[in-house]
Amino acid sequence: MPLTPPRLATWLPPVLSFDILTLVMELGLWVLAVPDYLLPRPSQVFIALYVNSAELGRSILQTSIAASAGLLASALLGVLVALALSINDVIRRAFYPYAVFFQTVPIVAIAPLLVIWFGYGLRTIIAVSFIVSVFPIIANTLSGLLSTDPALRDLFRLHRAGTWTTLLKLRIPAAVPHFLTGLRIASGLAVIGAIVGEFVADDYSQGGGIGTLVLVSIKELKTDKVFAAVLMASLLGLVFFALVNLISRFTRRHWHIAETRE
Amino acid sequence: MIATTLTDGLTALGPASRAAGAAGAGVAVRLQGLGRRFGAMAVVADLDLEIPPGQFLALLGPSGCGKTTLLRLIAGLDTPDRGSIRLEGDPEGRSRAYVFQDACLLPWRRVLDNVALPLELGGVPKAERREQARRLIQLVGLEAASERYPDELSGGMKMRVSLARALITRPRLLLLDEPFAALDDFTRQHLDDHLQGLFLAHGMTVVFVTHSMAEAVYLADRVVMLAPQGGGLVLDQRVDLPRPRDQDTRVSPGYAAHIHDLATALARWAPGGVVA
Repeated sequence: MPLTPPRLATWLPPVLSFDILTLVMELGLWVLAVPDYLLPRPSQVFIALYVNSAELGRSILQTSIAASAGLLASALLGVLVALALSINDVIRRAFYPYAVFFQTVPIVAIAPLLVIWFGYGLRTIIAVSFIVSVFPIIANTLSGLLSTDPALRDLFRLHRAGTWTTLLKLRIPAAVPHFLTGLRIASGLAVIGAIVGEFVADDYSQGGGIGTLVLVSIKELKTDKVFAAVLMASLLGLVFFALVNLISRFTRRHWHIAETRE
Repeated sequence: MIATTLTDGLTALGPASRAAGAAGAGVAVRLQGLGRRFGAMAVVADLDLEIPPGQFLALLGPSGCGKTTLLRLIAGLDTPDRGSIRLEGDPEGRSRAYVFQDACLLPWRRVLDNVALPLELGGVPKAERREQARRLIQLVGLEAASERYPDELSGGMKMRVSLARALITRPRLLLLDEPFAALDDFTRQHLDDHLQGLFLAHGMTVVFVTHSMAEAVYLADRVVMLAPQGGGLVLDQRVDLPRPRDQDTRVSPGYAAHIHDLATALARWAPGGVVA
């Protein structure tokens, strides 16, 4: 089934709606004579995409490097934190609030602080991306580690498996689907985090990321370029999400674990 | 088909090995003044029960009468509030095995490594435990599925994997908690025959929790009934139908008489007629 090309009924409606909407917008903006710097016509955005393709490509690459690093850091540290919190109730009660606090702290407010600590450049951008994306990984992995099937735990207890063996052979493998759910949510957030990080901390050393491009284009009143950049940024988020989804599906199939119910 | 031939094969070996089993392979279970409460509710109260070695005991009763609690206590998965549990011939309880209501398999492991799990947890080297697992898988007739994953198996096949996993440690006390309750009647009778074959060949003590009178009479040497809320034993009946039991047993007068006796006794003890 998945290998057969999608049927006409599947792809035609969204393509058609996109065409019609674009056309309506193009004509509407033209008839109403809306100034370009307020709202560019779709055709102008497409032209901006084409004209600035080299610069956009470079920025996308820059941002995706930061977002990948942020996501990777989240995955590694998030799992470690979840493992530490799963050790016992006392530790969890003592330290889980910090993880929650980490999520609720307004990132835009503390990003300048991060600049003071890490300076301008990639390191700070990665840090912002990490802070924004780590919580879903901690929360999901932790709930996975804590919700192991009681009957399976009994089975391990019956055969006198120690805490360590039970963790390695039962609780960690059983938490994998939960971790993957967290990773999927984190993937979109990591891209957003990287862009916010670039707003405050980009040092232009590599020509700047997509966030920087947005800022600079706004200052130059090149609204069509802003739209082109925003379009690319959304696309990047989508690509990240799709990639993680692919990894997740591959892992699930390989491990024979079902989708978690959400 | 496989199960039938297997049972025949095992019965061929049956009498001799069973005699040997009765001599000392099974564990004797002695429960004295056993009590377990959850909050204000006494689930098991002041229970005395002796299970001689090599006996197949069926624990019968409506849901909520403490069958599972009792089984978990014997398994050592729960501790009693009062009274004692003695396992004679196995004081440390090392040769207990437990079959859960669900098959309870690790979904990320092949059948082979699921069956080998108890040996793996006991520190048996990989080659050896896999060889043992292959033997057990053959015993339950699943050779063709040993490299498959649990999500590729039917409910009955999963339960057979679960049985093989329980038997791999050569238990002398096998505890089963309504193992076939979720299966269709056909598969269930199939697995009942299977279990009987394994019991006859290995001569272990078996405690089998069920809420089906027919299954209890078909399988057990002795049927014991628990009343709800710690009401204790309300019935203790021997089933002397000849073994191996088969399809003919299900239509024999003796079988019908036993079920009739049980039903009458249960009706006396549960006048509300809530007994399943």
